[in-house]
Amino acid sequence: MSVSPRHALAVWYRNFAMYRRTWKLNVLPNFFEPLLYLASIGIGVGAYVQGMGGTSYVAFLAPGLVAVSAMNGASFEVTYNSFVRLNYEKTYESMLTTPVQPDDLLAGEVLWAVTRASIYGGCFFAAVAAVGLAPFPSSLWALPVIPLTGLLFAALGIAFSLRITSMDLFSFYFTLFLTPLFLFSDVFFPLEERLAGGWLTLAEALPLLHPVRLMRHAFRGEGGLVLLWDALYVLVLSGALLVLAARTIRRRLGS
Amino acid sequence: MPEAVVECRAVVKRFGRRVAVDGLDLAVPAGSCFGLLGPNGAGKTTTLRMIYGVAPPSSGEIRVFGLDVGREARAVRARIGVTLQENALIEPLSPVENLRIFARYHLLSRSEREARIEEILDFLDLRAFAAVPVAKLSGGFKRRLAIGLSLVSRPELLILDEPTTGLDPAVRLALWERIRELRDSGTTVLLTTHYMDEAERLCDRIAILAAGRVVAEGAPARLIRETLAAEALELELAPHAEREVLGEQGGVPRVRSGRHLTLYVADAGELLQSLRRRGGAAASLRAVVRPTNLEDLFLHHTGMRLEAGEDGLGAADGPRA
Repeated sequence: MSVSPRHALAVWYRNFAMYRRTWKLNVLPNFFEPLLYLASIGIGVGAYVQGMGGTSYVAFLAPGLVAVSAMNGASFEVTYNSFVRLNYEKTYESMLTTPVQPDDLLAGEVLWAVTRASIYGGCFFAAVAAVGLAPFPSSLWALPVIPLTGLLFAALGIAFSLRITSMDLFSFYFTLFLTPLFLFSDVFFPLEERLAGGWLTLAEALPLLHPVRLMRHAFRGEGGLVLLWDALYVLVLSGALLVLAARTIRRRLGS
Repeated sequence: MPEAVVECRAVVKRFGRRVAVDGLDLAVPAGSCFGLLGPNGAGKTTTLRMIYGVAPPSSGEIRVFGLDVGREARAVRARIGVTLQENALIEPLSPVENLRIFARYHLLSRSEREARIEEILDFLDLRAFAAVPVAKLSGGFKRRLAIGLSLVSRPELLILDEPTTGLDPAVRLALWERIRELRDSGTTVLLTTHYMDEAERLCDRIAILAAGRVVAEGAPARLIRETLAAEALELELAPHAEREVLGEQGGVPRVRSGRHLTLYVADAGELLQSLRRRGGAAASLRAVVRPTNLEDLFLHHTGMRLEAGEDGLGAADGPRA
């Protein structure tokens, strides 16, 4: 891959300019979703939950939901939106009539998805902090985890979107991939207390698990070697998926 | 002839087992308006995509400004503008915002960008709608904007894929005028079209593509003159009456489409008079005498068979794709 940063930024700007015009329509639903979970599950169900190791259930829930809102922010951008730009609006096709190259285009799209993930995750973090669920200053370590989460789900989403030819397949991506991740990645309950050894090792494959763990450690102000593994997982998987996506985009647009 | 801005040599493009472009040779002279004509599926769009370097040819060589497009796509595309067949506009944004975004793809500085946008708004009469969301513009203004996007970088070569398809006659005339102005100011224009009047009025040279090959190439008037007789006689004449009415004129080249028969001769008026003198069915023939045009040439090359008098043999009912 060879990316020209200025061309990638021009691609990023295209999405930014569009978003500036339409954010009221598409920010709010995605942004409110984790807030609703926080209120319903965290406060409602949480009232019946004891034994979260000294914290309230809503405090347990908060860091995971920050990661989830970053995941959502990135995912919507690189699934439906990217698919429409590629297949219906001919946006990519028209970009490639200019000096923008496929790698720049991919980099710009991913950078934009990371930006949007950061907007979502950042707003959610601010909301959580405002109600006192993010202990300062340790929880500030969560801030770099937000774009990292965005990167991972931008890479997963774009790799998927570029390979499918029908928009209907996104229901599989959301219902059978993102939703199970959301439910079983340490967000709602501590996996290590529910799963036996072998299964716990297998669960390490779940992409969302790693950002959630990074996030939770940041909120608690704890370190550990496992965080290195989490960061490595996110970076290596993202990198591999982006290399794959770069190949696909050249094949889809360059024949 | 001036140097060629675009040169294609023995270009082949395969999609799996389908051969879309099959040994294409093409030279677009600098400063000319060059038309690629051909039925749907003849390989026009594929050829353009190879020329602006998005699709690599399966074999053969393409040079633009003397540069190898495959190796120097970015350098080539910095000097060209492309209007795709389908408008790729950002509908919620205004023309100015669309132009700004496109100018950024070309890395224009802010001052260059704003100056260029002003010029384009005037040149394409977009100023009245400069700040209106594109979604609210008519088809004609959307097309103008799409062409405007391809002009932001002051291209030396402008590639237009069916620039006026689906537009009303007034808009087409206005766009032709603009394209001519661009050509006159030194821009080389390469366009595809299905409209023969467009090609005839606009293009200095044309190439007719059929099944991925160039079957005819040159200045439109000269090509017509060299291929067909100067005039055409159109008759409403059923196939079974052809021999009776035409009599000894059986050797004249002709093309049939249903009841519609066109004969190509040097003097169509004289032919019509001589037919009428024979009396009978010929006396009441509905006939049109006109100069031979590009449409005749196109039909000649892309499917409808010209017949030299084989009795009653109907040609295909339309150009074969």
